[in-house]
Amino acid sequence: MIRPDTPSRSNHSRVSLFFEGAKDTFPLVVGAVPFGIIFGALADTAGLSFGAAMGMSLFVFAGSAQFVAMGLAASGTPWPMIVVTTFVVNLRHMLYSATMVPFYKKLPHAWKIVLAFGLTDETFAVAVTRYSKHDGVSDKHYYNLGSMVFMYINWNLCTLIGLTAGKTFPEISRWGLDFAMPATFIGIVIPYLASKPMWAAVATAGTVSIAAQGLPHKLGLMVAALAGVTAGVVCEKLFRDRKKGK
Amino acid sequence: MFGTGIQLSEIYMVAGMAAVTFGIRYILFPVSGRMQFPRLFEKGLSYVPPAVLTAIIVPSVLMPDGKTLDLNLDNPYLIGAIAACIIGGVFKNLLLTIVLSMAVFLGVQWFFAVG
Repeated sequence: MIRPDTPSRSNHSRVSLFFEGAKDTFPLVVGAVPFGIIFGALADTAGLSFGAAMGMSLFVFAGSAQFVAMGLAASGTPWPMIVVTTFVVNLRHMLYSATMVPFYKKLPHAWKIVLAFGLTDETFAVAVTRYSKHDGVSDKHYYNLGSMVFMYINWNLCTLIGLTAGKTFPEISRWGLDFAMPATFIGIVIPYLASKPMWAAVATAGTVSIAAQGLPHKLGLMVAALAGVTAGVVCEKLFRDRKKGK
Repeated sequence: MFGTGIQLSEIYMVAGMAAVTFGIRYILFPVSGRMQFPRLFEKGLSYVPPAVLTAIIVPSVLMPDGKTLDLNLDNPYLIGAIAACIIGGVFKNLLLTIVLSMAVFLGVQWFFAVG
């Protein structure tokens, strides 16, 4: 049998990039499993219909915003207010897409739409690390896609399992599986802590997040994140100035 | 669409949430070809992931009920988070960090529920 070698090789590298992205996302998928199941399991208690909960996972695809929305729905908040709060909670994703702009620059439009839809905390964290590696590999959008598809399928499956299991084990929501999210995020943050400005950014974000917790519509998150970023930039500048001999 | 009792207001809610979330994640890409970010802004972007994630982690760990600061050592979220920091710092393995700290968290929670 004669195999057309040249085109299949480039295909192969794209396929392997796709699976590499999925593989590197595996730990984050594990962390998202309990989170997704709880979301589905809590829906009934919160007064959300099957269709609304499943629709959120299918079309919104934003874990923490879905939880906040569910909490608000449970307390009888009107839907326009829930949409506004979702906007605020997800504003951080604009910082993510700003980071991705240079990496997506040469991609066809359809790719930008698909990858933007899947720009969750987890896929962003995995993809930005891969994009930032200067190894001369092109087609890293396939890596990004692999990560996103894996997260998406997992998130929707877990929501479905939760929706089904929530009826069978109504106490599942009290098992405390919600710790999976901070556990996952701590695991993502730790490798970043390699420089003093990064420590300053994280310490500031953490402190401000507590101080600003009382702000309405979860605005505290955005305030804390911006404070952290500012602290990092300022600290970086201070260190550079000192090294230069003032 | 799903035929399982979804209400009109829920359809508006999900559609609205989907629209704002996608809008936020997408809007910079079509305009990005025509603009150049300032250097200081680009520098700041490298601090985005840890700053955002920390701002999510800290309140969920130190204020499990969303309102009051709980720094006691019978707060399983706090113990679990400390465990995650130690395990992550020592082993530098994401999967191990998540699985082990979950185990610590569930263990502590069980301990205080029983004892």
